[in-house]
Amino acid sequence: MDNMTRRVFAGAAALAALGVVTGAAAQQPVKIGVIYPLSGNSASAGNYSKMAIEVGADVVNNGNAELAKIMPIAKGGGLSGLGGAKIQLIFADNQGTPAAGQNQALRLISEEKVAAIIGAYQSGITVTASAIAERHGIPFLTAESVAANLTERGFKWFFRTTPVAIDFARAYSTFLREQKAAGQKVGSVALVHENTEYGNSVASVIAEQFAKDGLPVTQKIAYSANSSDVQPQVLQLKEKNPDVAIFISYTSDAILYTKTMKELGWKPAIMIADNAGFNDPAFVKSLGGSVEGLVNRSTFAGGKPGSVPELFNELYKKKTGGDSLDDVSARGLQGFLVMADAINRAGSTDPAKIRDALKATNLPASQMVTGYEGVKFDDKGQNILASTLITQMRGGQYVAIWPKDRATAQIVLPYKGW
Amino acid sequence: MTLVQVIVSGLLLGAVYALFSSGLTLIWGMMNVVNFAHGDFVMLGMYTAVVIWTALGGGPFAAVPAAAIVIATLGVLSYFLLVRHIMRGPMLAQILGTFGLALFLRYAAFWTFGADFKTLPDTLIGGSFTLGGIRFEGSRVLAGVGGLLITLLLHLILTRTSVGSRMLAVSEDATAAQLMGIRPQRMQALAWAMAGAATGIAGALIATFFYTSPTVGETLAILAFVTVSFGGFGSVLGALVAGLIIGVVESLSAYLIGPVYKDVVVYVLFVLVLWFRPQGLMGKA
Repeated sequence: MDNMTRRVFAGAAALAALGVVTGAAAQQPVKIGVIYPLSGNSASAGNYSKMAIEVGADVVNNGNAELAKIMPIAKGGGLSGLGGAKIQLIFADNQGTPAAGQNQALRLISEEKVAAIIGAYQSGITVTASAIAERHGIPFLTAESVAANLTERGFKWFFRTTPVAIDFARAYSTFLREQKAAGQKVGSVALVHENTEYGNSVASVIAEQFAKDGLPVTQKIAYSANSSDVQPQVLQLKEKNPDVAIFISYTSDAILYTKTMKELGWKPAIMIADNAGFNDPAFVKSLGGSVEGLVNRSTFAGGKPGSVPELFNELYKKKTGGDSLDDVSARGLQGFLVMADAINRAGSTDPAKIRDALKATNLPASQMVTGYEGVKFDDKGQNILASTLITQMRGGQYVAIWPKDRATAQIVLPYKGW
Repeated sequence: MTLVQVIVSGLLLGAVYALFSSGLTLIWGMMNVVNFAHGDFVMLGMYTAVVIWTALGGGPFAAVPAAAIVIATLGVLSYFLLVRHIMRGPMLAQILGTFGLALFLRYAAFWTFGADFKTLPDTLIGGSFTLGGIRFEGSRVLAGVGGLLITLLLHLILTRTSVGSRMLAVSEDATAAQLMGIRPQRMQALAWAMAGAATGIAGALIATFFYTSPTVGETLAILAFVTVSFGGFGSVLGALVAGLIIGVVESLSAYLIGPVYKDVVVYVLFVLVLWFRPQGLMGKA
């Protein structure tokens, strides 16, 4: 008998002794399957997300007074819609392979009899795991897989809370147009991107969005991420001298660009990095001081005291012994909270009812751990309120500067660099 | 003006290519062994510099000699523990032997240093200066000039000293050399030590402007192999000339045509050279 069941039985026995047994005490826990990479290459991301979701389940099951003021689901005592049923998380390791992810989805559904599944971090594994859920008619929610095709498969049981490339492009566009209105020059934009799936797709989505919004992309530089040298690219930039440069890069190339721009003495008035390499803790630690004022994106950037992100971050730090929520773990936690809310509203563990409740989800920005405008799904299951925060490098760390209502610091332009 | 800057950057880059290729070409010239672990020797030279520089606060003047000594020792150990034995085996054993060494070193680095990218802090050689409108960066100039000097020094040792003559004698005919009183194993170990020292210095100099990670050897090794076969296997001077040509061609084509095409241009040129001169620019036929 595990701890959870023991506690439930003990509670039930106590209540029975007091003669106040109601339907609530007899409620079975609601099982939610969670598929993550708990071993293999991405194990560190998977394990951090696991801890974030455990914090979320603890808040739903046992309550948190501060959070309860903002989000009803945090008032404790389990899911009120199911007579106080507790949430039981069943974790499954996808081992970083699509085949293992598929097997785990099958096991969760047929043996563990979960009501819904969350996962699976890597887009390629979400593809196979969600296909099993679709076949068995179990709701599947991904909180972090961004591959565009996931929501283009015509699935009826699939939901995605994370923002995707188009959301980032819109955020950059709105941000830049606001800067323009404030008197900043944004007459020419350079897109510098590595030339695999990630860099190419993000760059073309940005270029399309900017064309629609009247922001002129005057220079596009594609390069290979494992280049040994980026001096010619920086010289091309220096020659055209665009007002804005957007870098879509992995870690090694982010390091080379940062160093080479400093060597050759060129910087744009606004420099934007599309997360990835420029967010690598190794990059921030060693080169944070050389990119002061760099604009970046993140779905998580702490928050004001007493806000949902701040309160959850404190709980998370207590659990991990000091580590803060980051972009990935915060998105995972957000996905779990959306699922818990839907099951609560469904008032049942019937998968069809949970799916209908997910479809009817409408959560406001104030209840978000991440920087989303809220959560509301379209017909394909994509969260149309998913959005990103824009951050800026200040004294060695990123702080939220946009949108204004969630900013923790003022924007400082032009880009300072080193 | 920008074009001149591109060419200067290319030349400095090329000198570094020459530097980290010279160790590879020396080993080939001496004993007909292609060291597939060469890129990972460079990687360990970079880590040695990073460790001495940051953890021990040694600065560049301690980091460069330290890397030379560490990698020279590694070279000698590799020779006595591995290369000496596999040289008696078939060609395939030699290739897979040093390839296995490469993987061993790479994953040992993962285990020891972690997968994080490391970079050296800016120090006294981190600044840049302008000369006649061209911008020079301290660490790259140091690496470029260091590359030129070390490669020339290696060339002179091989062609102008009695140790060099003895080494060449062993490489041409080990048995005859032995009859003349030269001990082949000692000469071959010396070649591995010299190649290791040059490679260690190359690693330490590159670490001043590049990132260091356990897989960085892969990126650099391909360039070293191209440089060496372009210049002629076994010719240190050939590696120097080839390194400079590749550096400039790469920079110019990236600037004029586009960065994703630069490798195409370099490799087309490479194939053309091998077509007309299979032994490379300065290799013996």
